Amino acid sequence: MPALLIIPAVSDEDIAAAISLRGVAKVYRPPRKRPYLALEGIDLDIAVGRFVSVVGPSGCGKSTLLGLVSGLLSPTTGEVILNGTRVEDVRTDVGFIFQRDALLSWRTVRENVELPLRFRGRRDPALVHEWIGRVGLAAFGDNYPHELSGGMRKRAQLAQSLVADPAVLLMDEPFSALDVQTRNLMENELLNLWGAAKKTVLFITHDLEEAIALSDEIVVMTAGPGKIKARYAVDLPRPRNVTEIRFDPRFVELYERAWSDLRDEVERSYAQSLRAG
Amino acid sequence: MSFAADSAVTELPLVRRTWFVRSLQLLVIASFVLAWELLGQAGILDKFFYSRPSLIVPRIAGWLGEGYHETSIYRDILITLTETVLGFVIGTLLGVAIGYAFARNRLLGQAFDPLLSMFNAIPRLVLAPVFILAFGIDLASKVALGVTLVFFIVFFATFTAVRDVDQTLVDNVRVLGARRRDVTFQVLLPAAFSAIVASLRTSAGFAFAGAVVAEYIGSNAGVGRRIANSEAFFDSTGVFGGIVVIATLALVLDGCLQVVEGGFSRWKPRRER
Repeated sequence: MPALLIIPAVSDEDIAAAISLRGVAKVYRPPRKRPYLALEGIDLDIAVGRFVSVVGPSGCGKSTLLGLVSGLLSPTTGEVILNGTRVEDVRTDVGFIFQRDALLSWRTVRENVELPLRFRGRRDPALVHEWIGRVGLAAFGDNYPHELSGGMRKRAQLAQSLVADPAVLLMDEPFSALDVQTRNLMENELLNLWGAAKKTVLFITHDLEEAIALSDEIVVMTAGPGKIKARYAVDLPRPRNVTEIRFDPRFVELYERAWSDLRDEVERSYAQSLRAG
Repeated sequence: MSFAADSAVTELPLVRRTWFVRSLQLLVIASFVLAWELLGQAGILDKFFYSRPSLIVPRIAGWLGEGYHETSIYRDILITLTETVLGFVIGTLLGVAIGYAFARNRLLGQAFDPLLSMFNAIPRLVLAPVFILAFGIDLASKVALGVTLVFFIVFFATFTAVRDVDQTLVDNVRVLGARRRDVTFQVLLPAAFSAIVASLRTSAGFAFAGAVVAEYIGSNAGVGRRIANSEAFFDSTGVFGGIVVIATLALVLDGCLQVVEGGFSRWKPRRER
């Protein structure tokens, strides 16, 4: 087990970390282009069962973070520890919700949700059925992804990622392509699912409001190369309704403090992109 | 919300339009045949070179009426189809396997790229004499020509389709627990499948053309041979008869593959089918 770290912003002590990043840096070396530093000096521990959001300007390496935790990417320096073991290869003990659609379009909702079980040599139609129902798609098990709306496809992906019961859920701007109403609906449903299962969630977003409304803790990143700029504990009561929590005075206060950090980085990121372009 | 009701609404006008288009298509074909016949009757198209539908149809009927024997049309068709199917199947298997391997292994792809481009630049039909010298005038040389024609079509289709598969799909199934084999059979090949199936219709046509051309150049059987024989006797009716038989076979072949293709695209949005 990794050593326990007590995070200043977090009051829970003696809780094992589900995810630990130690001195992690990531350099990308695209062919025929200059290598660039995406992440630098990342030290981050996320306790079991917590919902943590990472916010930062575009291009700050937020998504890279999830790639490293899932083992789809390997760090240039440092190490990543997930559920007590070092990440060396692609990890199948996480659920990963990608920003883009990741359902197989030639398989029905049911067949898609079934995939993780099939890959493990298991068959459990009852469990698959239960998850399809839990994300509100009971009537659409035999439909193909193109017959569903964007929000329904995200639900199917949630069921797919959770059916094999991973301890950790990684989410990469999962709702950014949805319209605002659908998005709030999905955020509330995500909180309900999370409240029932108490998984550790690492949630990436560029939307500070979404981050505060959902999380126990938010991590603000700097413009590229991405470093951790600040961390805030979100001590808003649960269960929450994401549409209503925004009017809570503590929400507003927290938003203002975090935004003052984030604003500088967004401006720096914008200046960088102007120079690059 | 019901999807069935949805599609019923959009289907009706589609059917009606198809029926109208079908009549137009028949009309165009009928006019063409009629014009050919009338121009032939009037002596504007020389019967010696162009024959006439009224001569060609009885000739084909005569061939069909002969029954099965060593030099009958049935045997010719059987041989030509055997060559086509063999060339098609072998070429497709090679094309898919090598296209897949090159798309997944960048170094391999880069190493073989110039050689493949070189071979692809050769008009394959000029290889027919080479194959006939190397493999003789029997089945093998026709199959070989078909294979070289089919291979490149399927190879390039498979290669680009597998290379361009959305990386998100691959990443997703890997995190879901897919092994290498699962990635191949659950993601890469199915994703490439529509491109491959679409290429099959083109390549089946080429396999058929390859077989006929190779028969025409040097063989002792097949529909291509029949055309070459007729040509040797300045029998244009026989030549056109052979052409009609070939065209009919090609249409039937394509129709079969269309059915196969349709059966595999139930999951696609309607407009992409």
